Amino acid sequence: MEQKRVEKVLELKHITKKFGNFVANDDVSLTVRRGEIHALLGENGAGKSTLMNVVFGMYQPEEGSISVYENETKIENPNHAIHLGIGMVHQHFKLIENFTVTENIIIGMEPKDGIRLNMKAAVKEVQNISEKYGLKVDPNSKIEDLPVGMQQKVEILKCLYRGANLLIFDEPTAVLTPDEIGELLQVMQKLVAEGKSIILITHKLNEIMKVADKCTIIRKGKYIATVDIKDSNKEELAEMMIGKNISREIDKEAYNPKQNVLEIKNLTMLSSSKKKVLNNINLTVAAGEIVGIAGVDGNGQMELAEAIIKMRDFEEGDILINGVSQKDKSTREIYESGVSYVPADRHKHGLVLENDIAENLILIEYYKEKYNQGIKLNKALMYEEARAAMKNYDVRAENEYTIVRGMSGGNQQKVILSREISRDPELLIIVQPTRGLDIGAIDFIHRQVVRLRDKGVAVLLISFELEEILTLSDRIDIIFDGQIVGQTKPTETNDRELGLMMAGKGSGDE
Amino acid sequence: MNKTMEKIRKNLKSSQATIPLVAILIALFIGAIVMLIGGYNPIVAYESLVLKIFGSVYDMGETVRAIIPLILSGFAVAVASKAGIFNIGVDGQIIMGAVSSLLVGTLIDLPPIIHGIVAIVVGIIAGGLWGVLIASLKTKFGINEVISSIMLNYIALYLSHMLIKSFAAQEGTARSSLIKESASIGFPSLNTLFGGARIHWGFIILPFIVFAFYYFFEKTRWGYETKTVGLNPDAANYSGMKVNGILIRTMFISGALGGLIGALDTLGVYGYVAIVSSTSGIGFDGIAIALLGGNSTLGTTLSGILIGALDYGSQGMQFGAGVPSEIIGIVISLIIFFVAAPGIVKALLPKKKAPKKEVE
Repeated sequence: MEQKRVEKVLELKHITKKFGNFVANDDVSLTVRRGEIHALLGENGAGKSTLMNVVFGMYQPEEGSISVYENETKIENPNHAIHLGIGMVHQHFKLIENFTVTENIIIGMEPKDGIRLNMKAAVKEVQNISEKYGLKVDPNSKIEDLPVGMQQKVEILKCLYRGANLLIFDEPTAVLTPDEIGELLQVMQKLVAEGKSIILITHKLNEIMKVADKCTIIRKGKYIATVDIKDSNKEELAEMMIGKNISREIDKEAYNPKQNVLEIKNLTMLSSSKKKVLNNINLTVAAGEIVGIAGVDGNGQMELAEAIIKMRDFEEGDILINGVSQKDKSTREIYESGVSYVPADRHKHGLVLENDIAENLILIEYYKEKYNQGIKLNKALMYEEARAAMKNYDVRAENEYTIVRGMSGGNQQKVILSREISRDPELLIIVQPTRGLDIGAIDFIHRQVVRLRDKGVAVLLISFELEEILTLSDRIDIIFDGQIVGQTKPTETNDRELGLMMAGKGSGDE
Repeated sequence: MNKTMEKIRKNLKSSQATIPLVAILIALFIGAIVMLIGGYNPIVAYESLVLKIFGSVYDMGETVRAIIPLILSGFAVAVASKAGIFNIGVDGQIIMGAVSSLLVGTLIDLPPIIHGIVAIVVGIIAGGLWGVLIASLKTKFGINEVISSIMLNYIALYLSHMLIKSFAAQEGTARSSLIKESASIGFPSLNTLFGGARIHWGFIILPFIVFAFYYFFEKTRWGYETKTVGLNPDAANYSGMKVNGILIRTMFISGALGGLIGALDTLGVYGYVAIVSSTSGIGFDGIAIALLGGNSTLGTTLSGILIGALDYGSQGMQFGAGVPSEIIGIVISLIIFFVAAPGIVKALLPKKKAPKKEVE
């Protein structure tokens, strides 16, 4: 392909991709030139991944065209994309743990010697490529013995071995330590110096400012702009990414916080690969206030929530509820001390989908005296309460015997919410409460949360939706890369400022 | 009103019963074809099979005797399955129950009845602990239960040989000495009434176990916990359940049922434990029975009856029609095969019965 010295490696024109009525990409255009790092910036759910899956042949767009090397092409499937010289470095690596580096790289394209696999040639080839691009990896190590940063290099080598000229990096720094990030950015620069092109999917502004030449911003599936990085700045990028969010008005009583219910002190948690997923977090939530944790997905929010209810262990620091350390308590004991938790993933954590509504409503408190008569569960009470809960929380289903799997997301979420609120909490931790719900359900859930706050409950709201954070919160903490990087109030801030902090500005521009 | 609604819901669920029923019919049909190919008359064969099962009071008693361990084994597997554990170690748990109750029955002196009760209880506990071992290896070290339970089957087998040879050896035979008369759990008077069929306490214990299984999973909070862990361990964890403890408890129950099988057969049927080169296979039949019965109380009981009766009746086929009893082995395997591959059965059923539900 080297002789075809064309400028435009990839050109997307007016791509529209729909899933049913949902428009994931709406008229998006993008041009990547040779030797260019082109950042693709957008919030969660903005349509970045969908767009890249279109490029990689996983989805077929409804409208628009794709040109590779200035030839209009229909990319049929990932194999076709690879054949065209497009490589994808996935966020979740697709490597075989107990194969060596070389075995992983050559898989499906093994150098052969008759019917024999020519391993020597393979190792040599891998070594050549890795030297050329400064990707130092021992070709004979097993993947399971390598740190995450190394595994990522193997992913990159895999693309290069397949002759990729355009590499798509999907949130490549999400899993890396700061040192590894620095190294990766160098590798990327080396790659483009050698004539490759890169699409960098990210929401981290620092990285974009450091390595990218151009940046295309998409928001809610729509193309916003493409800018030259040298003529732009973080503020401008953040504003384009977040857009203008009008915080909806919601009736709230005057802000009147009481004693602290939740206190988190110097909380640090390490991932299995020893990365600090939570880094010295300090946080308080008082009775009668909603504290919003603003941040982009994957910056430690889940870990924070799960640390509070002890679904995960942490390395350092302490968590106090009403002044009492929760360190040696079990999840159940923490719930009993007045904590309710609405998890982000309804299906994975919040519900047992094969069970009916009543069975799901007792998920946390089934063992309590109230629900038991001797060794028997008090089914009469269970189903009676379920009927009442369905009425109070407007859960729409045939009856309390309805299996929750078949219910809509909004009704499923109402089941969880009713369960957690009826436990009469002092502290409510609520994560992504309205993800994927329609306006009516969102409004209902927001009102319930505010009602609790007015009643004097301490609410910790973790959400990736800036609008939700601004609408509900009394105070806002911004989380980035496992750290609280800023604190503010909805009345004292705006989307732009929040967006900047969420994208890592202010956390030291190393 | 609630109850009726709930029943309706349950009945709707049990429309899944069509697949096992159709599977049984197809399997019997294919079995007949195999017999025809082999030059046998399938009608005569099936007739003598049925005759063997119901032919005499002796046969009826012995059929039930043969069915008891299979139903219990089905429940042993079903209990574990409800918690998401695949217990293929029931064979080992049976051996541990058998050898433990044997030792109590041969080495200790106790008054009649009490001796039997103690021996059964020890057998149950031994089987239960053998199950706990599997669960602990899983929760503590992450060892897959399939691997550990197969290995523990062998360990149990050879451990039983060692224990028999050391403590209850019968010189010159490949089996243990007999249990003491006081430890026997047979009903001598009923034995004669049933023409010598070996009727024992298990006939009375079984209905209680069937009811306990139903009650545990449908009514108690422990059953609720167990099912939650099996259906969604992440949600169980989120809810504050001690998932590992529940897994260990469940495997105790599962193993205890295996131990009970061993104890009943040792104390009520044989009176000794044989030194054999392989495990009984009852535990593996239990997997098939639980699968066929969809882990439900009624289903598991019925499929235990079916497999047990077919198995016992196959001897009659051999005598009555000269058809090798292995044919029934083929029929049973085919039943399991069609239940495990419901797509084949569904394809044979009328179209309206299978609504489109591919979209999740």
